[in-house]
Amino acid sequence: MKRWIPLLVFAVLVAFFAKGLFLNPREVPSPFIGKPAPAFTLPVVGEAERTFSPADMKGKVWVMNVWAPWCVSCRQEHPVLMALAQSQPVPIVGLNWKDKDREAAALLERHGSPYVAVPDDLDGKVGIDYGVTGTPETYIIDQAGIVRLKHVGPIDPDTWKSKFEPKLKELGA
Amino acid sequence: MIPELGHFVLIIALVLAIIQGTLPLIGAHRGNVALMALARPTAQGQFVFIAIAFGCLAWSFLVNDFSVENVARNSFSQLPEVYRITATWGSHEGSLLLWVLMLAFWTMAVSVFSRHLPDDMVARVIGVMGLISVGFLAFLLLTSNPFDRLLPPAPDGRDMNPLLQDWGMIIHPPMLYMGYVGFAVAFAFAIAALISGKLDAAWARWSRPWTTVAWAFLTLGIALGSWWAYRELGWGGWWFWDPTENASFMPWLAGTALIHSLAVTEKRGAFKAWTVLLALTAFSLSLLGTFLVRSGVLSSVHAFATDPTRGAFILGFLAVVIGGSLVLFAWRAPKMLTGGSFNWFSREAMLLANNVILLAAMGSVLLGTLYPLFMDALGLGKISVGPPYFNAVFVPVMAPALFLMGIGPLARWRDASLPDLFTRLKWALAVAVATGLLLPLTLDGFNPWATLGFALAAWILLTVLIGFRERMRNGARLASLPRAFWGMQMAHMGLALGVAGITLVANYEQERDVRMNIGDHTTLAGYTFTFKGTTERPGPNYRAARGTIEVSKGGKTLYVLHPEKRIYNASGMAMTEAAVRYSLTSDLYVALGEPLDETAKAWAVRVYHKPFINWLWIGALFLVVGGFLAASDRRYRIAVKKLEAPAGAAAQGA
Repeated sequence: MKRWIPLLVFAVLVAFFAKGLFLNPREVPSPFIGKPAPAFTLPVVGEAERTFSPADMKGKVWVMNVWAPWCVSCRQEHPVLMALAQSQPVPIVGLNWKDKDREAAALLERHGSPYVAVPDDLDGKVGIDYGVTGTPETYIIDQAGIVRLKHVGPIDPDTWKSKFEPKLKELGA
Repeated sequence: MIPELGHFVLIIALVLAIIQGTLPLIGAHRGNVALMALARPTAQGQFVFIAIAFGCLAWSFLVNDFSVENVARNSFSQLPEVYRITATWGSHEGSLLLWVLMLAFWTMAVSVFSRHLPDDMVARVIGVMGLISVGFLAFLLLTSNPFDRLLPPAPDGRDMNPLLQDWGMIIHPPMLYMGYVGFAVAFAFAIAALISGKLDAAWARWSRPWTTVAWAFLTLGIALGSWWAYRELGWGGWWFWDPTENASFMPWLAGTALIHSLAVTEKRGAFKAWTVLLALTAFSLSLLGTFLVRSGVLSSVHAFATDPTRGAFILGFLAVVIGGSLVLFAWRAPKMLTGGSFNWFSREAMLLANNVILLAAMGSVLLGTLYPLFMDALGLGKISVGPPYFNAVFVPVMAPALFLMGIGPLARWRDASLPDLFTRLKWALAVAVATGLLLPLTLDGFNPWATLGFALAAWILLTVLIGFRERMRNGARLASLPRAFWGMQMAHMGLALGVAGITLVANYEQERDVRMNIGDHTTLAGYTFTFKGTTERPGPNYRAARGTIEVSKGGKTLYVLHPEKRIYNASGMAMTEAAVRYSLTSDLYVALGEPLDETAKAWAVRVYHKPFINWLWIGALFLVVGGFLAASDRRYRIAVKKLEAPAGAAAQGA
């Protein structure tokens, strides 16, 4: 029997690897899921008089995309968000994170804005409240203001289909 | 056209690999000489076609053909030429092409240097390597074609990862892959022996030089990777127990065990099943490393872009190759008769103990590497296992192996005498223990880890010297000692140097993280570091802030160091280029952190004093040279002539 041991050990490893292929080690579960979205009030980029607060979105399912003009992956994600804004399944708010060079307004002017509002988180404090570790990160927040989903990294059409759409359907958006 | 040509010749190579992996094996089974004779030409043809494919890809990189997706993703028009060539293997697809190129190279080498081997053995070995090649070429063509076009072409590339733009990275991957893939030869020999049932001393003698050369390349590859990490990551560390590093370290540990076990099988005919299992393990771990790095099952600092389809393909391939070889092993192992009985205290016993320890160490690295995956797969949460685990487990496991390393080469085969050995080694033991106890006291007081490290380093070094002295006392001259003996002694000495270096740097390094304005200074290990500010310096594909730091001692300026902070144009990535003043006894290492104010006058600066860190890489070089020396021993060439002239069949003792 002894001679079968190496094979058995290997079989167990393969089973774990097969399972591991469908897990994402980079995805750390957010402690905010199922909790109310942290409140804030911030000025909106490009609209001098307006401020934005999550309370404004009460009663709607909405998506908050944390981005920054200096972030390269956000540019990669931008066309995907633009396409989404066109088909309008859900309003997207773009939290402009730590934009020290004040480039957001010009950039959105030039390439188009997928956002219904762009709250300006200059010192990054709101980002900290939401546990942002790097841009882009995207949240789904439901009618009652509860965070339902958090996605780290750029959104591509596939992740939108497989991750966001089922969640949005479940929430009735 | 060139990329299409590359794609096309890769398909031809696959067809040749399929022929090479089937017909010679059938021929060997049926005793058909014509089919067996196909092994060599198909192997050589395959190498030529893969080399052409590789050349095509390198050409596409060199001429900035951004209509090739792989080039557009991994190169950049401003990238210096030398990095454009190395970018060929900087991506997942390109590095895989390098993998199959190396495999084809090793197979070709086997086909050339195997004149003295029986035809059926050659046919089986080359056939098995052909099967491995089929798997990798299919993987390349089906999931990771490096020649895919991008329509419309990109106006410019996205640039090579700036971390890889370093000359250490130019040679690190080829050396590492030479080692990884080289274990395929030992694997193929083991499979061939299992199929034919001829597991004898001749089999061990044939596999030995191949294994040793592969191991030497792997050692060089790992050492270069570590040296690169030291200079390029800007943290001053040389080993991070990152999954990618562990992926290369595990086959190294198994390969080290294999080299020693092969010695016993060749000389004494013992441990046959164990040696075969190790040969299978070493290559399996190389494949496992490939899987871990490319499938995305583990999170790592320098993993390749991950993709579950690719992961599923490699996992399937892994299951077939490793699973199949282990089934063959379980089926055939009972037929292996173990010869050469030995006493519990003998060179065989020491080597067996060394093997068990090396495998235990490998197991502990494997467990630590895969633990996060196990926990996640079982739904027990996400965790990461870091250096504290590895250092706590690995060091105590390896210490006894280092101690045995001193005794093994001096113990007699079959039956050694403990009192005799004690008489020969008592002075070495006393001096080693004294060094371990006293040396830390002269530095900064008693420290158990430093004591252990110094004692072991001194012990290995002294026993190596005793080995030389005993040979000389028996009338041998240094120059006439066999190369195998020199190789072993060099390698063991290298390990002693490495252990000494690690002990010193781990226990006595100093570092300081300071905010520095122009004119500020900080003192570390008796040196004064004065910050003279930064200047803008444009590079070929980056902009850099170049700092100037004067190092002085006792008011006298000794060196001027220029660490850089670079921003790469295409990716916008920031990179730290540390400035290091190397010397045999200590490195002064300076890295720029972040600018701390708007005008970039004040910077966060990291300063390290690293005593004897270079001994680590010098030690590794000793290991490499030792490996090559041992593999070039006369015995392997003489054995050739002996086999050709059946009259002199006496085994060569070295």
